[in-house]
Amino acid sequence: MTFEHILFSVEAGVATLSLNRPEQLNSFNAAMHGEVREALKRVRQNPEVRVLLLTGEGRGFCAGQDLADRNVAPGAEAPDLGESIEKFYNPLIRTLRDLPLPVICAVNGVAAGAGANIPLACDLVLAARSASFIQAFCKIGLIPDSGGTWSLPRLVGLARAKALALLGERLTAEQAEQWGLIYRVVDDAELRDEALKLARHLATQPTYGLALIKRSLNASLNNDFDAQLDLERDLQCLAGRSEDYREGVAAFMAKRTPVFKGR
Amino acid sequence: MPNTLVVQAHQATRLITLHRPHALNALTTELLGELADELQRCADDPDVRAVVITGSRKAFAAGADLNEMAERDLVGMLDDPRQGYWQRITQFPKPLIAAVNGYALGGGCELAMHADILIAGEDAQFGQPEINLGIMPGAGGTQRLLRAVGKSLAMQMVLAGESISARRALDAGLVSEITQPELTVERALQIAQRIAAKAPLAVRLAKEALLKAQDLDLASGLRFERHAFTLLAGTADRDEGIRAFQEKRQADFKGC
Repeated sequence: MTFEHILFSVEAGVATLSLNRPEQLNSFNAAMHGEVREALKRVRQNPEVRVLLLTGEGRGFCAGQDLADRNVAPGAEAPDLGESIEKFYNPLIRTLRDLPLPVICAVNGVAAGAGANIPLACDLVLAARSASFIQAFCKIGLIPDSGGTWSLPRLVGLARAKALALLGERLTAEQAEQWGLIYRVVDDAELRDEALKLARHLATQPTYGLALIKRSLNASLNNDFDAQLDLERDLQCLAGRSEDYREGVAAFMAKRTPVFKGR
Repeated sequence: MPNTLVVQAHQATRLITLHRPHALNALTTELLGELADELQRCADDPDVRAVVITGSRKAFAAGADLNEMAERDLVGMLDDPRQGYWQRITQFPKPLIAAVNGYALGGGCELAMHADILIAGEDAQFGQPEINLGIMPGAGGTQRLLRAVGKSLAMQMVLAGESISARRALDAGLVSEITQPELTVERALQIAQRIAAKAPLAVRLAKEALLKAQDLDLASGLRFERHAFTLLAGTADRDEGIRAFQEKRQADFKGC
């Protein structure tokens, strides 16, 4: 499959997936969904990949659903948006959350609708200072999807989540950082470099262990304390069997820098 | 040696792994027959005290083999040897634990429900999709599922062909525990080995009494339980168990 709507490359353990419909602010249509799905499948199946960097081309990160797309355009019949979510958005969000490696999202510009919530399904979100997040759904009679109603209250609290979702106002990247919605704001000119630097670092780290960290923290939002302690026990049991743990301990004992293989 | 199974010994337990990787462990007649035979061997072997059955990471078993089924007409169905194999699996007298990862659908879900204890990996899926093919469950799916999860959910699964997640299966009481998928088999073996350390006769009669609870009215069930309980009074293991408790040491059960 050759890609028309995204750019995809793998280099030195870093897979970079950049949404590439800049004229439409990288909004999703069925074709772009298909390409993103294929790219994520390659990420999952390629043992060389140890980190995923998700970003967008042009001035926007992603404006959510392309409302001109025939799959959701209001025609003679009312469209079944539930079906569109079941088919496209939910699998995408689940995949990003479940990928057994760190996912970095570099939000290079406006992130609206589903585009504002896709970063929240990633693990580390960097945003350009000029970027902004808009829960635009309420302006067209919809609810935040792509996991937004789940992520927002957990990240910023119910009061702010409701304000964002009910008012649909533009949230600046700096405000998003202050609220704890994202990890870090960087200057526009430095976003790519910073994101790559982070990605290259993570590509040298114990990937399997990082995947378990990601799994445990994601699960913590649903588990009660006892269940989480049980999960820590089980995941540590798995982590303790990894090659990288042995290497980490050996390197520590020998006072040298560890060389991790991601296994 | 069986073709479609891998059998491994772990102390006093056996781990039986369904192994038809290219067909998501679809339950061919050959596989069912080999499983029934293997369980027979485990039943006959006094060194085996519990059995764990599992599939692959992706599928416990994703149903019956449709190619086989398509070839059977009404008369062929009547003479189907599978019926006998299922019966032999049902009659396995020792504790049977299913470690389920991935798909447990149709015959695979029914096989899992033949186990006494079900442990499921977090991404396991249980379902009876037979209805989608114009057929219905034929190896206990309409009976054991209803007893395990209640009427409404069983009806929804069987009539609409909808699968449920491991989480829902836990809530409904179909499975007793959910684990991280990498640990499902290990956890099942751990439970099996714990059971294997108990007095075999007590385990056997307790299993029988529990299964009676599904078929008998309460009064008859209680009567059966009392008889079984009384029988154990004649065993050396009962004396050993009580004495070990009094002497604050680990009991050493012999199975007599």
